[in-house]
Amino acid sequence: MSTATTSNLTEEFHERRTPLQRLQGVLHKYPYLSPLIVLVVAVVIFYLLNDRFLLPQNISFVTQQTVVVGTLAIAQTLIILTAGIDLSIGAATTLAQMAMANLAVYTTASNVLPIAGQNPYVAIFIGILVGVLTGVINGFLIVRLSLPPFIVTLGTLSVFTALTLILFKARTIQKPEMPEVMQWLGNTFQIGEFQLLYGVVMMLILYAIFGYILKNTAWGLHVYAVGDDPNAAELSGISTKRVIFSVYVVAGLIVGIAAWLTIGRVGSASPNPDPLLNLDTITAVVIGGTSLFGGRGTILGTLIGALIITVVQNGLSLAGLDQAYRVLAIGILVIIAVATDQWIRKVKA
Amino acid sequence: MSATTTVTPVVQGVNLVKTFGRVVALDGADLELYPGEVLAVVGDNGAGKSSLIKCFSGAHIPDSGEMLINGKKVEFKSTSEARRHGVETVFQTLAVAPALDIASNLYLGREERKPGVMGAVFRTLDKKRMRADSAQHLKDLGISTLQNITQAVETLSGGQRQAVAVARAVAFGSQVIILDEPTAALGVNESARVLKMIQDLRDRGLSVILISHNMPQVFEVADRIHVARLGKRAGVVTPKSHSMNDVVAIMTGAMKVTAEEQQLTPVN
Ligand SMILES: Nc1ncnc2c1ncn2[C@@H]1O[C@H](COP(=O)(O)OP(=O)(O)OP(=O)(O)O)[C@@H](O)[C@H]1O
Ligand SMILES: [Mg+2]
Repeated sequence: MSTATTSNLTEEFHERRTPLQRLQGVLHKYPYLSPLIVLVVAVVIFYLLNDRFLLPQNISFVTQQTVVVGTLAIAQTLIILTAGIDLSIGAATTLAQMAMANLAVYTTASNVLPIAGQNPYVAIFIGILVGVLTGVINGFLIVRLSLPPFIVTLGTLSVFTALTLILFKARTIQKPEMPEVMQWLGNTFQIGEFQLLYGVVMMLILYAIFGYILKNTAWGLHVYAVGDDPNAAELSGISTKRVIFSVYVVAGLIVGIAAWLTIGRVGSASPNPDPLLNLDTITAVVIGGTSLFGGRGTILGTLIGALIITVVQNGLSLAGLDQAYRVLAIGILVIIAVATDQWIRKVKA
Repeated sequence: MSATTTVTPVVQGVNLVKTFGRVVALDGADLELYPGEVLAVVGDNGAGKSSLIKCFSGAHIPDSGEMLINGKKVEFKSTSEARRHGVETVFQTLAVAPALDIASNLYLGREERKPGVMGAVFRTLDKKRMRADSAQHLKDLGISTLQNITQAVETLSGGQRQAVAVARAVAFGSQVIILDEPTAALGVNESARVLKMIQDLRDRGLSVILISHNMPQVFEVADRIHVARLGKRAGVVTPKSHSMNDVVAIMTGAMKVTAEEQQLTPVN
């Protein structure tokens, strides 16, 4: 009898929910829905402004533009899910990339001996290890010294940038010098009229892997729990320090892979990082519906967020509008995303 | 009396000290919990009740003093170590992850993996089984207000959250269950159900530590009442030997428990 009354009560309760509350509930459950709506709306608008926007060759171009930010945004998502942040991600990528390129190409300007014997495979491997090492350094400082991720990565941003310049001088390694395998991820293949980068496939595989891990493994669940409420996680028997450290190391691994990808995408390796790279990864994560306070968000949302950034950039230039509008649009989107997150977190069933 | 004194406490704390900077939370506290009993721990706010039980839960590492489980010395560095000794806790703060669903919270820190290759190699969680088992645990507890096991805990009411925390401890506790104010957010019916559950646990042979400010509840279920005061044990009495007023007087220091009045051994 009592159960009947309860369910009647709940039914009544559900009926009393306003459409807005229902929307809040749906967005709470599927946080990637709002970025998806934004992406679809953006695509429609840009198509209406210039129908070249949806040509296969332009879509291919958009995917190529997304690949570096998109890959690094996976690492940034993991970190932000733990309520951390990585401001050093661009500098770390440049360091790993320069290590890779310099080990593969012997240059007298370099301070590094050609220890890889100019073997590009060994160079790629060591370059990825350098990426992992940057993660180890960040993770160690954050976990062992209990320093805030924001401060630590602000510091390592400078450290990694300086190391790149000190170790490899300020010399760009040009495309003709670069061994073919180093550029492999920059090769394209044809599907119908679409030209896809191997790098894009690599990025999508990484998304699939980390999407799976976050959703279906204990480690993934613990990443969420640690960012959600570290005290509760610790009291539930999760070693929060171990989880956080492992997240930075895994992020370092992704940085290493992204370094290889960047060489393929750009064709050369320059010691000057793309100044927007850091912020773009964070923007992709935030627009993608992941909370900067940690504990909620999806990897799929981040992919959509990364696409939004390039779609807006590409669409505005096709529409003949200044890139200042891109900056403006992205800024507004970030603010909307954060406001939406705040609202969604107040959900009550 | 001579027969009962030989019973080894399932949980024992000897001269436990825990400080936080200059704050002394535990100042040489003792505690004994015997097999199959309900020990209530009462005391004023800040008397050190939570600090005391957190040592046994593995949440605090005492600065000094000894802890024994079944007479064997233990040193817990994390809650999972305490859990492995069969000690489960409902913390005052509940320690649930708000964004995770009910089933994930029940199994947090001890997730079940799928059998076979999927579990061993790909480390896939057996969500189906954990959800089904969670639903069963809640049903066993008579918690009918939680209908959707995949609901995020933050969407639950305070009482429902508490029910989740209690269900988690009860589902896994094999020896000792520690409840730090488990009825604080519960309604009358839910409180009664938790008290009933505590008695059921005792009947099943488990030992229970119950921290509560609710004297009638304490007097209803406790076999012995441990009164904490200023980080120490002011005394242990029974609902039969002392009245509620007496216990309050011991809590505030207005009354002293004499050595003869102490009930440091099991009552039955
Ligand atoms: N993590 C901590 N950091 C600093 N001080 C603490 C901490 N935990 C407890 N204390 C202090 O230790 C003392 C005992 O606290 P404790 O939580 O054990 O009391 P309590 O008896 O559980 O009180 P209540 O009935 O309010 O729950 C208090 O003075 C408290 O301020
Ligand atoms: Mg307390």
